[in-house]
Amino acid sequence: MGKIEMTYANAIKEAISEEMRRDQNVYMLGEDIGVYRGAFGVSGGMIDEFGPERIIDTPISETAFVGCAIGSAVAGMRPVVEIMFSDFMAVCWDMIINQAPKMRYMFGGKVSVPMVLRTASGGGTGAAAQHSQSLEAMLCHVPGLKVVIPSTPYDAKGLLKSAIRDNNPVMFLEQKLLYRTKGMVPEEEYTIPLGVADMKREGKDCTIVTYGRMVHMCLAAAEAVSKEGIQTEVIDLRTLLPMDKPSIIESVKKTKHLIVVHEAVKTGGLGGEIAASIAESEAFNYLDAPIKRLASEDVPVPFCPILEKGVLPDEIKIAQAIRDVLA
Amino acid sequence: MATKKSAIDKNIAIELLRKMLTSRKFEEKVQYYFSLGMIHGTTHLSIGEEGTAAGTCGALEPQDQIYATHRGHSQAVCKGIDVYKMMAEIFARANGVCKGKGGSMHIADKDRGVLGANGILGPSLALACGVAFAHKKRKEDIVTVAFFGDGASNEGVFHESLNLASVWNLPVLFICTNNTYGMSTHITKVMKDTDIANRAKPYMIPAKTIDGNDVWEVYNTIKEARKYVAEGNGPMMIVENTYRISGHSKSDGNLYRTKEEIASWKEKCPIKRWKEKLIENGVCTQEEIDAVEKETTDLIEGAVKFALDSPYPKLEDVYNDVYAD
Repeated sequence: MGKIEMTYANAIKEAISEEMRRDQNVYMLGEDIGVYRGAFGVSGGMIDEFGPERIIDTPISETAFVGCAIGSAVAGMRPVVEIMFSDFMAVCWDMIINQAPKMRYMFGGKVSVPMVLRTASGGGTGAAAQHSQSLEAMLCHVPGLKVVIPSTPYDAKGLLKSAIRDNNPVMFLEQKLLYRTKGMVPEEEYTIPLGVADMKREGKDCTIVTYGRMVHMCLAAAEAVSKEGIQTEVIDLRTLLPMDKPSIIESVKKTKHLIVVHEAVKTGGLGGEIAASIAESEAFNYLDAPIKRLASEDVPVPFCPILEKGVLPDEIKIAQAIRDVLA
Repeated sequence: MATKKSAIDKNIAIELLRKMLTSRKFEEKVQYYFSLGMIHGTTHLSIGEEGTAAGTCGALEPQDQIYATHRGHSQAVCKGIDVYKMMAEIFARANGVCKGKGGSMHIADKDRGVLGANGILGPSLALACGVAFAHKKRKEDIVTVAFFGDGASNEGVFHESLNLASVWNLPVLFICTNNTYGMSTHITKVMKDTDIANRAKPYMIPAKTIDGNDVWEVYNTIKEARKYVAEGNGPMMIVENTYRISGHSKSDGNLYRTKEEIASWKEKCPIKRWKEKLIENGVCTQEEIDAVEKETTDLIEGAVKFALDSPYPKLEDVYNDVYAD
């Protein structure tokens, strides 16, 4: 099978474009996604291929256009709606929390909402507190949603194609700092099922469960400690809801150590959920050390790059955590 | 827009009466069984507002779709939902229209054009834009109706949705059932200009305020509005002035309004007025009206019996329909 190198942003564009060619019901809407190409350049050129009827620039009106996407999904279309920054989800929280994920259940299963909501998540760009958050844990608290965070171009493309074909509202959280990163992607069509974690590195001494941009930090840390003879297993969740808990449990039973790493703030973050899942499972009896969580400090994301770097986990902090857990 | 009022067609007249009476009797039963503690949760009755629901839904085509409000029993009934299954839903039964998962506030049956009543004020306007967007794209002769109240017109989503529907020329009919109270708060306390139709003007959406308790005026206005929207002219808004004779919900002690005010509106009851008009104009006989009374009474008694005879959901059903396959 041939492979080509492409960026994370292009992998996302390719996924949507392929699905738009395959299914006339798929369309995109969002702010400045047409000629402007989207704030992160993801949809560059799509308006040329698909036209303004399917690549639709909206008013700066998140509640209206996300609501419109939901309504069109109810009526049989498959919208891929872009919210420029994930922080802006708060502007249309009612649509994300009270509308899209509730309809099927409260209307007795007669309605489905096959919508993908793509949005740029995470910090590290100097955009400060209202354009840098990682809000995935809030979304995972809402049954009816699915939540996906890809870490590589390969995962982004395969997961997004599955998300577009899924008959539920899928929150697709893209990582701002990964848009320009490159990876190998098959030339042939493929999809990656939602809800399945991926072991990005195999090891026998310690399990790290992570997702999104932090996958790369964890892999770098795992590589660093490998020189000290420590073999770290890195599990990329890829889908946060539903979460592939069996894969985590199996890995922890093998390595007897667990570290959870995420960019979101620690309190109320998914690290707690993952740790609790292990505590409730048979893997708890296998643990040789307390579970450790590495996450952002419990502060809004600061502007100053020294401060921003300081509050985020990085490969040095992760490597030290591995050593600490195994000490 | 000047509404042409044609001579009253007897079949239509009877159908509008049937819709209003079905709704009234349905809600009176809900009120009664609620007072006995046999209905769980809460319920928002639209007693007194039936002219808006019957006139609006009566003027729509069968394929048209509506988003109802939290006070939407009458809207769902008048759109033609199965009242047996709707009653079963309100009694929290497994064969309710939402399998007992929605209740009074979330009545829906997409197959009957009832896309769902919303417990949040305003989002239906945006959702209706999306449904209309899909139908427009597929060039289908379907008009999507968003019912909302005077209170919801103070929500941001109201303005966002009017703007979107206007700039995208969407086939949406925005129907405001203006009962002048947002729970207990009178419209004059929360709006400087209480003519909600004026709120459509900046978005260049034609709008009109009518007497929502005159079912014939509502019917004729919506007939024309539906035609305007279906012909691809973009959205339209109709404000139907009415009054909620029943309280806001079960907790309402009516401390914010006088008995006299309620009594004066009972005199303007849309059902009472319609019956009088039909007799005065020689459209129907008293016997014919009595026949509709009996027919609707029997229907609703049948619905209550069906609901009471229906089983509750099984506990394991709680996991169904969270996700679609």
